[in-house]
Amino acid sequence: MSPKTLYDKIWDAHVAHEADDGTCLLYIDRHLVHEVTSPQAFEGLRMAGRKVRAPEKTIAVPDHNVPTTAGRDDPSQMTEESRIQVEALDKNAREFGVHYYPVSDVRQGIVHIVGPEQGWTLPGMTVVCGDSHTATHGAFGALAHGIGTSEVEHVLATQTLIQKKSKNMKVEITGKLMPGVTAKDITLAVIGETGTAGGTGYVIEYCGEAIRDLSMEGRMTVCNMAIEGGARAGLIAPDETTFNYVKGRPHAPKAGAFEQALEYWKTLFTDEGAHFDKVVTLKGEDIQPVVTWGTSPEDVLPITGVVPHPEDFEGGKVDAARRSIDYMGLTPGQKLTDIEIDTVFIGSCTNGRIEDFRAVADVVKGKKIKDGMRAMIVPGSGLVRAQAEEEGLADIFREAGFEWRLAGCSMCLAMNPDQLSEGERCAATSNRNFEGRQGYKGRTHLVSPAMAAAAALTGKLTDIREMM
Amino acid sequence: MEKFETLSGIAAPMPLVNIDTDMIIPKVFLKSIKRTGFGANLFDEMRFNRDGTEIADFVLNKPQYREAQILVAGDNFGCGSSREHAPWAIADFGIKCVISTSFADIFFNNCFKNGILPIVLPQEQVDLLMKDAEKGANARMTVDLEAQEITSSDGDVIPFEVDAFKKQCLINGLDDIGLTMEKVTSIDAFEAKAGAARPWV
Repeated sequence: MSPKTLYDKIWDAHVAHEADDGTCLLYIDRHLVHEVTSPQAFEGLRMAGRKVRAPEKTIAVPDHNVPTTAGRDDPSQMTEESRIQVEALDKNAREFGVHYYPVSDVRQGIVHIVGPEQGWTLPGMTVVCGDSHTATHGAFGALAHGIGTSEVEHVLATQTLIQKKSKNMKVEITGKLMPGVTAKDITLAVIGETGTAGGTGYVIEYCGEAIRDLSMEGRMTVCNMAIEGGARAGLIAPDETTFNYVKGRPHAPKAGAFEQALEYWKTLFTDEGAHFDKVVTLKGEDIQPVVTWGTSPEDVLPITGVVPHPEDFEGGKVDAARRSIDYMGLTPGQKLTDIEIDTVFIGSCTNGRIEDFRAVADVVKGKKIKDGMRAMIVPGSGLVRAQAEEEGLADIFREAGFEWRLAGCSMCLAMNPDQLSEGERCAATSNRNFEGRQGYKGRTHLVSPAMAAAAALTGKLTDIREMM
Repeated sequence: MEKFETLSGIAAPMPLVNIDTDMIIPKVFLKSIKRTGFGANLFDEMRFNRDGTEIADFVLNKPQYREAQILVAGDNFGCGSSREHAPWAIADFGIKCVISTSFADIFFNNCFKNGILPIVLPQEQVDLLMKDAEKGANARMTVDLEAQEITSSDGDVIPFEVDAFKKQCLINGLDDIGLTMEKVTSIDAFEAKAGAARPWV
C-alpha cells in the first residue's frame, strides 16, 4: 500500500460513496450548529418534510449574537433580530432533537470551544459547522472545516457532504520557539509567509518540533487560523498530548471503549514517504512576536517592524496595501510600537481558552491598564469562565481594570453589542482584521493574548519581550 | 435552484484583491432568518455612506454598471467567513457569474448552491476581461456554461474549466440534497460499517 498522509487516512475512512468523476459523499461524524448560519437550513428541512438524519451527532449552541454582559437572559439586551435568531435556534434544536446548550447553560460558549471541551471532537473524526473557524478542531487530528448554509442543510438531512478531495500541504515548524512567542505568532507568521490564498485547494498538516511542543489549546489556536491561510482545513496528528486532553471529557469514549479508540487513534499519522503537494518550512527560532498592520490576516510583521510602503508590494497588492494603510490610519515607515490603541479585546475561538487567560494574567497581575483604555476579556465558554474565577484570574483582570465578560463571540465579529466605534483602534486576540470586522470603520491589530495584555497596559502595540 | 445556461450581460470590474465576505455582506445584515433580500446590502460599506446615500465612485453605483450580471474581480475573492449570505446577496443583486484568478474555498462551493458560476482563469485572461469590463455598459460579455466559453465584447473567446458534477447541477438547476438522497443505501451501508469499526463515534 502506498504511504498516506494523515488527511488521506481520515478522508479514506469517511467516503460513503464515490462517483466515477471522483465526487464523493463524505460521511460527517460531528455537526456543530450555531444560530447565524442554521435558521435557513432548518427551514429548508421543514419545507421539504425532512428530518435530521443523525441528531445524536449534531450539537447546537448560540454564540455569535449573544450579549456577554450580566443579565443577558433578559431578551431586551438583544436587538429584535438577534433575539429572533437565538430563539429560532432554540426552537429548531428542540424540534429536531439535537444536543443543545442554551444561553442559560454553564456549558454554553463559542461553538469551537464547546466542542473540544465537551469531548465531542475526537481524533480521526470529520467535523463540520456553518462557520469557517471549524478548522480549530483539526488540532485533534480531525478533518474539520466550515460549510455554507446549503451544506448545513445537506448534512442535517443526509449526514454527508458532497466533496472532492483537496491537495496535501505540509507546514513544518522546526526547533523551539523563543521566549514571548506563542501559537498565535506561529499561525500568523505562517499566513504572513504563504498569504491568505496560499492554502487554497489544500488541507494543511502542521508538524515539526515546535508544533509537537504545543499544548492542545495552542494547537487549536494554530489550526483555527488555517482558514485565514485559505486552506480547507488544518490538521495536527494526535499524540499523547491529544489523548490526555480528550480522556475523561463528557462525550469522550469511556473505559474499554477508550482503549479501543486509542488503538485506532495511534494509527492517525502521516506515513513515512507520503506525498505532499506543497511544503512550507519555518524555523521556530526565527518566529518573532507579530502583529497585523493592515486589513488582511496576511499583513503580518514582527512587532519590531515598521508600517510598509504600498510600493513594497507587487501586482494587485499595491492598491490593496494603499487602501489598508489609509483605512487603518497609518503612515508608511511608522514604527509598529508607536501605534496607539484605545481598545483591547481578548477572547474568541482563536484565543478564548484558559491558557490564553493565564498568559494574560501573567502580564497584568498587580498592574493597571492605561487610563481611558477599554479592555475586555471574554471567555470562550461558561466553563472557561468558571475555571478562571476559580484560579483567581478573574480577580486579577478586574483589579487591573479589565471588563470580565460572559461567554460568546463578542467583539471578534461584532454581531452583538460588543463593537468598535468609528476610528477606534483595537489590539485583538481574534482572527480577522477585515475592514469593519469589529465594527463599522473600526481598526483591528491581531496579536497574541500576552501582546494584547501588554498593549492594554502601555496603550500602544508593545513588544512583549520588553516586559518579560 | 434557478438554471444557469448562457448568460449575456454587463460585467463590472472590481480589481481589488482579497475582497472578503465582510465586504460582500457586513455582519450586521446576517440577522435575517431568510435567504432573500440581501442584495440591497451587497458591498454595503463600500457602496453606501452611513446615512444611506450612495458612494458615487463605487463601481456598482455607476450608471453603466447598475445592471451588472457579471463581476470580474481581483485574486482570492470571497475569503473569510462561511456565510452563505455572501452569495445570497450577490445573486439577489442580480449577479450570476464572478470571474477571478482564485476564490476562497467555502465561498466557491456556496456559489454553486445558489445558481452563481464562479470562474477561475489565469492572470492574463482576467486582466483582459478586467480591461473589457472597464469599458462600461458597452462591455457585454457572454458566458456559455455548456460550451465552457466566455466571449468578450471584442469577440475574444476564452475557454474555462468547471467541475463536471457542479456544471450539471447548475445547468439543470439540481437540488443537491435530492441527489444525495438517491444514494441513501450507500450512506446506510457506510454508517453500519463505520459504526462497527468505530463504535465510540
